[in-house]
Amino acid sequence: MRIEVKDLAFTYSPGTPFAKRALDGIDLSIEEGDFVGILGHTGSGKSTFILHLNGLIKLQSGSIDVFDIKLVPDKKNKQDLRKLRGTVGMVFQYPEYQLFEDTVEKDVAFGPKNLGLSQEKVDRRVERAIRLVGLDFEDIRGRAPFELSGGQKRRVAIAGIIAMQPRVLVLDEPTAGLDPYGKEQILELITRLKKECSPTVIVISHDVDEITRFASRIVVFNDGKVAFDLPMNELFRRSEELAAMGLEIPRAVRIADKLRARGIDLGDVVNADDLVRAIVRKFDKNNMDETDIAKLSAAQFDFGSDEAFGGAGGEA
Amino acid sequence: MRDVSFGQYYPTGSVIHRLDPRAKIIFMLIYMVIIFFVASYCGYALVALFLFTVTAVAKIPIKTLFKSVKAILVLMIFTAVINIFFYHEGKVLVDWWIIEITLGGIDFAIKMALRISLLVMGTSLLSFTTTPVELTDAIESLLHPLTYIKVPVHDIALIMSIALRFIPGLMDETDKIMMAQKARGAEIDTGGLVKKIKAMLPVLIPLFVSAIRRADELADALDARCYNASKHRTKMKVLKFGVKDAVATLIVLVFATLILLDKYLLGGLDGYIVEFVKGLAG
Ligand SMILES: Nc1ncnc2c1ncn2[C@@H]1O[C@H](COP(=O)(O)OP(=O)(O)OP(=O)(O)O)[C@@H](O)[C@H]1O
Ligand SMILES: [Mg+2]
Repeated sequence: MRIEVKDLAFTYSPGTPFAKRALDGIDLSIEEGDFVGILGHTGSGKSTFILHLNGLIKLQSGSIDVFDIKLVPDKKNKQDLRKLRGTVGMVFQYPEYQLFEDTVEKDVAFGPKNLGLSQEKVDRRVERAIRLVGLDFEDIRGRAPFELSGGQKRRVAIAGIIAMQPRVLVLDEPTAGLDPYGKEQILELITRLKKECSPTVIVISHDVDEITRFASRIVVFNDGKVAFDLPMNELFRRSEELAAMGLEIPRAVRIADKLRARGIDLGDVVNADDLVRAIVRKFDKNNMDETDIAKLSAAQFDFGSDEAFGGAGGEA
Repeated sequence: MRDVSFGQYYPTGSVIHRLDPRAKIIFMLIYMVIIFFVASYCGYALVALFLFTVTAVAKIPIKTLFKSVKAILVLMIFTAVINIFFYHEGKVLVDWWIIEITLGGIDFAIKMALRISLLVMGTSLLSFTTTPVELTDAIESLLHPLTYIKVPVHDIALIMSIALRFIPGLMDETDKIMMAQKARGAEIDTGGLVKKIKAMLPVLIPLFVSAIRRADELADALDARCYNASKHRTKMKVLKFGVKDAVATLIVLVFATLILLDKYLLGGLDGYIVEFVKGLAG
């Protein structure tokens, strides 16, 4: 099972002076179980692309095949669309703005209900989803979504998607507008969801450091085209090309590059974990084992803040 | 881009687009009034010629202009039919049961349809060539004399421009929320009326919440900058009535005069043409 996108092109407001080509010949295939990070500067077509995966914009040219649900231009099949929306769960940017029911429980139930499940099943899924996103089900079920904190609202919104038990989870900038702690929690949540709920995950992010933490494969969009599509650990050998596209280079890579310039070669490094591991391997005289290293990287290299960068650079 | 794309603005950068928006509004008013003085088919031909020339100069595809008429086609056909049946003057063509169709009725219906479509195309041309922001600025400037009788023109203008500023944002927001709910399996455009209204709730509630939030934020932002709509405010873009506007005024006046001459001096050119053709034939 896989997602197969062929020669996808899309233009907003075609045939008017405002026509804007947002996608231009996208070919992409995503296997079940992939953890894909989509990167690209603003306006490169990332959001437009993922909207297609859920049939939310009408296909103009090309073809899409999501787990054997096929979409082609000029054909609208209600059955297919419904199936597609049950298969692909879409968490939009600022998903908390879509909450509308008077209780959290009802809001989370909206999706599964639309799938036509029995009340009993819906209830079960709602409870599971709310617990899965790390909220206290008994406490929160009866509360109004509008009285929750920003981070809680976002969790509730994500639970609303999870409750549909999609096989593919798509998230558009899931950490936008959160503080570093909230970001950390959402990132953990995504990793957990991949394990326990939706085996295939696609995440859009602006933040390279964030994406290198979890994705196993990175797709870089540039100007409506796929510029790179590589396993994560290969992408950052091409840091110059990335920079040319106006994208940031992960901190760990920058540190490793600087060290290399001073004659310390750490090999391939992409994220904080790699960096710690490489440094320990190189300089460790106590022969630490894997668990020690993992502890070290979790404790000392919080790459969420700029201080950590300065600190890490200094220490090294 | 989307900020100006709301409404119908069709940017080509032509000289018509660059005219003083105040002048354009006044031309529009003259045009609207003068259409009701057109007395003959020759007059209508002149109005059409004028309209299409301006459209060509504005570099707007004629198709786009016709599209604006399409929206009111039903209304036009309706009035035309009513006119044919209820206007009884001139030679009777059909007289059957309670239906009486006269030559005068047909003539009147055609003229009415021409009048409505030329009116709609004219107003559309204004919105094709002028951004909503320019229009509010122009209206504020034109209404300026009313400040002397204590009409709060500046406040009205501010309200208008804020409303205009909000519309594209809200449209964007509606789009996004609709997509989000569709992604959750909502079926927004199917079923009967009650079902449809119920289905709109998941869109309307977040939309209202966001509109109120935006309004709140804007009010705070205006307050924080000590904004008040006093008359001493200066403009970033000062409207200027220049040479091209003067030339345009001249052209519009000539056009209006021709229409008025046709009505009052000649009493409609059509009659003369009919006489002339008859003369040739006989
Ligand atoms: N509804 C719309 N109407 C017209 N143009 C649009 C619309 N949505 C997006 N665009 C344009 O299409 C292009 C691609 O937009 P898209 O939202 O896919 O970019 P993105 O990569 O998601 O950017 P960001 O990182 O800022 O979210 C942009 O140039 C944008 O201006
Ligand atoms: Mg986006």
